[in-house]
Order: sequence, then C-alpha cells, then structure tokens
Amino acid sequence: MDLNEFITAFAGEFEETDSSVFTPQTKYKDLEEWGSLTALSIITMVDAEIGKTLTGADLRACDTIEQLYILIQNK
Amino acid sequence: MKSYIKGLSYYLPETVLGNGELASLFPEWSVEKIEKKLGIKERHIAASDQTASDLAFNAAKKLFAEYDINPGDIDFLIFCTQSPDYILPTTACILQERLGLKTGIGAYDLNLGCSGFVYGLLNAKLLIESAVANNVLLLTAETYTKYIHPKDKSNRTIFADGAAACLVGKDGFAEIGNFTMGTDGKGAENLIVRSGGARHKAPMDDLIINEFGNPMSGDYIFMDGPEILNYTLARIPEMVSDVLRKNDMTMDDIDLHVYHQANAYIAKLQRKKLRIPEDKYYCCFEHCGNTVSSTIPIALKEAIKDGSIMQGSVVMSVAQGLGYSWGGFILKF
Repeated sequence: MDLNEFITAFAGEFEETDSSVFTPQTKYKDLEEWGSLTALSIITMVDAEIGKTLTGADLRACDTIEQLYILIQNK
Repeated sequence: MKSYIKGLSYYLPETVLGNGELASLFPEWSVEKIEKKLGIKERHIAASDQTASDLAFNAAKKLFAEYDINPGDIDFLIFCTQSPDYILPTTACILQERLGLKTGIGAYDLNLGCSGFVYGLLNAKLLIESAVANNVLLLTAETYTKYIHPKDKSNRTIFADGAAACLVGKDGFAEIGNFTMGTDGKGAENLIVRSGGARHKAPMDDLIINEFGNPMSGDYIFMDGPEILNYTLARIPEMVSDVLRKNDMTMDDIDLHVYHQANAYIAKLQRKKLRIPEDKYYCCFEHCGNTVSSTIPIALKEAIKDGSIMQGSVVMSVAQGLGYSWGGFILKF
C-alpha cells in the first residue's frame, strides 16, 4: 500500500470529515472527528489491509498521516 | 459421564441508562452515533445499595421459579464476580445462606471478568463429571458501573450491570462439550482498577484526562482500548480453532456462534476476522450492554427464546476478558 492508498484508507474510516481534508501533512489528532472509536477503526484498518499491529502508543507518537505511514512501513 | 445445562435465567436491575441520557451528558455523542457504532440502546444499572450478590440472588430466584428447582437439590455453588460484597468473607458463602441452600455443599467465588462464565461452566462440568456434585448452581454477576468514573464516556456507554444463573447437572437441554482455555498476564495493565486491593489499598487520587478527553485514574476502571482491540483481533482465530480441534469439529459444524457480547463494533470485527455469516453470529447487547461474565448466558437464553437455538443446534461460545484470560466451549442442544 503506497502513501496515497493509505491516506484514502485512513480517510475511509472517518464518516463526518470530508475526504479532501486528508493529506500527508494532516495532523489527525487535531481533527474534530478524532476520538477513541476512530483510533480503533484505524488500528482495525491497518490490521485488515496491511496485516500489521498498530498500538495506541504508535498513534500517540505520530502527528501526521505520513509519519504514521512511515512508522507502519518500518514495523 | 456427561454434563448438561439444565436451566438458564438472568436478572437485570431496574434502572435503565438510555442513549438519550448519555448524549445529553456527553454532547459529542449522539443517540444515533452510539447506536450505529456500538449497537447498544440501553443498559441496566444497579442501584447504589444493590450489589452483585443481590443481582445474583434475584437471578437464582428466577431460575428456581422458572424451572421449578428445589434449592435443597443444589449441591455446589460457584459465584463468579469481581464485585464481591466484602474483601472477605467469600460472597458465595453469603449466597448459600441467603438462597436457602444446604450447608453440606461446596461454595466458592471465581474472580474473572468477561471469561468468567466459560471458566465457571468448566468448573461445573468437572464437578459433575467427577461425581463430586449432581446439581451445580453457577451464578455470574457484575456491577462494573460502580467502578466507572461518571465522566468516562467510553466505559459508561459499553458496560452495564446484570446477573445470570445456570444450573448444570447429569441431564438437561444442552450437553457441555470440550473447552479451550488461555491466560496471558502481560495484559493485566490494560483493563484494571488499581486501587482497593492489597497492592494499593488506599485511593490513588491520580485523576488525569487522556488524549480522548476521558478521565483516567487508578481508582476507576481503566481500559486501554487499542491494546484490548489488538488482543481481541490477535487471539480469536487460534482460540476458535482450538475449540473446534478439541471437539473434533469444523466451522461448518457450528449452527450458531454465541460469543461474549462486548458491542456491535467488536461483533462485526470478530465476524469479519472469522468469516462467520451474519445469520450464524448471535448479537445480544441492544438492551443490556456488556454485562461482563453474564453476557454469554443472557445471550444463550435469548437465543433459545427467539428460536435461534433449537433442539439439535451446535453452539460455540468464546470469551476474551481482562487478565488477559480467555476460553471457549461447545454446547450441543
């Protein structure tokens, strides 16, 4: 999965935030819809689509979607 | 010798916490969002003076009435709870007296969370099959809501109080098959109430607000959602495979999956991960939420009542709980 596909998949887990908002530099924790359930949805998406385990600490450690993508690639 | 479930009843306390009330307490929630994401419409909450043993007492009374059971025929009592009346004595002893059971019987508490019914049923099966007892009363009851911080939106939305009563004997309507069990204490920190026990007897008074706006304190239930989710996803395939292996079955042999009922979000994940068709995966949290160790008996009872379980049905139940502790079994109706 490349960065653009990851951003599309990431955006797909949000229901109220327009997909145009999501870019590599988006600070996902600043999004109004970000919350414990969206965090769980991202973990689930990464498990299902990439087959890697993302932790709560990983989500806390990154700011932007690109940083998270790189972290996942390095797992 | 084989062992069977011969009675199942449950009791939910009167007070109901609906999504409307939660949405008014937490404006970022909405009635529609809670229902859509978690599938829970209402939860029953124990009164301030009502303990888990009170709920268990009511569930047992319902069981006795519904199946015309003479309490004098019970010859073993297991009470599963993490909300005992006292640090000591054992709450099962109090219930033995309160329920009018004989004194010449064994009674003990079992301290487990969501996996509690699985372990309780295994204990009951072993007591019957080793001819120690003829009629084991297994009670599960929890009042987690008393451990939840009033501003903890996540846990208040998911957890609810309730109790179930199950009678296990040498005959009955559901033969108890073989079990799988598992434990990984590395997960202990991820769902925990830190204070009140011997390790931290005094309140910790360490309240902070986490990144999702939820209160976190050692004096209340703390759940690390992402860690619990990863545990659920990682363990369930092997757990289900092991139940099948131990019962010499395949997925095709299972008519209905009646798992621990966490919420719709987890249910959907489990179904997808295990590729279980929707009509074979039973859901029962809409009107009672996650009652911890009572979810499986409540769901079994409802599935029997609405015809989802019929005579001849083969049912698999699995539960993953705090500890971490997990387990599963097969029932043949």
